[in-house]
Amino acid sequence: MQDLSAFKSRSGRRFVIGVPFLWLVVFFVLPCLILLRISVTDMGSGVDPFAPLVASADGVWRFVFKYDNYAAIFRDGRAGLGQTIYMEAYATSLKYAFFTTVFCLLIGYPFAYFIARSRPSIRPALLMLVMLPFWTSFLLRVYAWKGILADQGVINNALMSLGLINDPIQMLYTDISMLLGMTYVYLPFMVLPLYATLVKMDINLLEAAHDLGASPWQAFWLVTVPLSKAGIVSGAMLVFIPSIGEFVIPSLLGGAENIMIGRVVWDEMFSSNNWPRASALAVVMIFLILIPLALYYHYSAEPSSTSGAKGWG
Amino acid sequence: MNPPASPVDGFLKAVNLVKRFDGVAAVDDVSLSVQKGEIFALLGSSGCGKSTLLRMLAGFESPTSGTVMLDGVDITSSPPYERPINMMFQSYALFPHLSVWDNIAFGLKREGLPTAEITARVEEMLRLVQLTDFAKRKPHQLSGGQQQRVALARSLAKRPQLLLLDEPLGALDKKLREQTQFELVNIIESVGVTCVMVTHDQEEAMTMASRIAVMNHGRVLQVGTPREIYEHPNCRFVADFIGQANLFDGALSLDEPGRCEITTPEGVIHVGHGITGTPGMALSVAVRPEKINISKSRPHVMNNLFTGTVREIAYFGSYSTFMVDMPSGKSVKITEGNTARQDLSGITWNDSVFVWWSDSAAVTLTS
Repeated sequence: MQDLSAFKSRSGRRFVIGVPFLWLVVFFVLPCLILLRISVTDMGSGVDPFAPLVASADGVWRFVFKYDNYAAIFRDGRAGLGQTIYMEAYATSLKYAFFTTVFCLLIGYPFAYFIARSRPSIRPALLMLVMLPFWTSFLLRVYAWKGILADQGVINNALMSLGLINDPIQMLYTDISMLLGMTYVYLPFMVLPLYATLVKMDINLLEAAHDLGASPWQAFWLVTVPLSKAGIVSGAMLVFIPSIGEFVIPSLLGGAENIMIGRVVWDEMFSSNNWPRASALAVVMIFLILIPLALYYHYSAEPSSTSGAKGWG
Repeated sequence: MNPPASPVDGFLKAVNLVKRFDGVAAVDDVSLSVQKGEIFALLGSSGCGKSTLLRMLAGFESPTSGTVMLDGVDITSSPPYERPINMMFQSYALFPHLSVWDNIAFGLKREGLPTAEITARVEEMLRLVQLTDFAKRKPHQLSGGQQQRVALARSLAKRPQLLLLDEPLGALDKKLREQTQFELVNIIESVGVTCVMVTHDQEEAMTMASRIAVMNHGRVLQVGTPREIYEHPNCRFVADFIGQANLFDGALSLDEPGRCEITTPEGVIHVGHGITGTPGMALSVAVRPEKINISKSRPHVMNNLFTGTVREIAYFGSYSTFMVDMPSGKSVKITEGNTARQDLSGITWNDSVFVWWSDSAAVTLTS
């Protein structure tokens, strides 16, 4: 009887873990492996769109890896190491993702802070307002910015009719429009995790800080910010990671000189029809994201918090 | 009985403090005076306004009206971070991201003291609360009692002029609480800091505080030493709240210097102190259960001798409690110490018994 119930609970646990696990294997791990496989071949000819991974020469079967796709990312024959359009696109992507994250944090933190400190009865309504933009199409919202920022758009028309400027200010297809659009779209992803950590914070801790002589500003930096670190990090991840690969916003609001990596992958895929190159670019991008993530988790895992229970005195 | 301290000569003075929340008075015209170096307790049940009063002293709430004076300085409108007052929170409110050492150093660093001075003071505090070996731990790695000592060390580190304790032992279990009470008092007295504590536990207030203010409905009903409050309660609420009391309602029938008599439905009660009142005025008499004697045989006393029937007996180990129904229907609670291992009284359920007390056992209450 006991064995049976133990078996039942164990198989139940396996089932609960197994379903999402299987889902991830089929729809995440496998596609990644396919991506990896395509990235080390070149475009084949004939029936198989890609060159085979295993080839036989003189009766010996061996793997055929082509590293050209990766080499091309980092090295351009004429310009030298690291001076490729791909590296430039990565750098541009990282730059925009970084500034988007910073702006989202700067705007999102006070946002989340005041929602978390507002009366509990109005918090759901305020949170709903943060999420309200999700109710309309993402594309529509980005497109609306075009109408606002264009040379004949809302802002320029208003400024010109007020007589403040004579010629329209170029805002669309600049850094301004890119960062505005990206910050606007990703802001809720910053606000929500920040809110979740800030609302849990014990107000007594702030009072204790004041009591010990910390001004409100000091208490904020010494207590609130360190204690909301988890929210800052997860918010930053949620903004930074999708920002790197952002495709729609740069193609609608971005200028011709600021090509992000998403656009480059798209071009390789559909214009050059070079899937292996596109795959290699995607693989490098994944590592670009994974490395800081891994570093963060390595250093944020506090050794004291796991070994703490041992040394009770 | 000592004369009540006048609000002029105290080290900490609260003068006519009022705090209203949405028109409802949480603290209603409270004036208090705390002497330098004493441990002063605000005692009351939850919602009596004691915590709001403490938070006004700390500066977390600003009074609707009234003033707070500390050492002759009006601090009513000072923010908490500018008051020379530190508080130990009921939840301890230790900073979870900082080590024990950094928690204690937090206030000192805000003062901008030199590093050497901070180190010396933190180490002194760690020694005081015997946590030197735990300096590098985070709060969640400590037991409840250790956390409480860190909280105390942190609130004493800045050498505040006034220490506030909010339910200092409320988060500890009962066994640890009794042991910690004395430890806490010893530490506070060795530092010599003036201390105001809030508690709902009368035992805690009586063992720790030199004077107690009993609060109810936002008002201070009585201020006095533990003995004064217990032996000379000034109203029915205090008599009933502090310990237990049998209350007899009646009217003043005889008023002489040094003694008076009150006629109640149970009979005439003789009280060994005079009162200022008019004959016939309504009065209550409070008698503590342990001051009432009980026996099956008639004792040789004249005053305050009544009869009744034993309805309940409860054995508590060190003492027993009897509930005796008097002919009037009033039931009286009596506690007797169990001084011998045998049951000497031989009293059992439904026995007819005599209950009596001395003239000095009772105290009259006018409100």
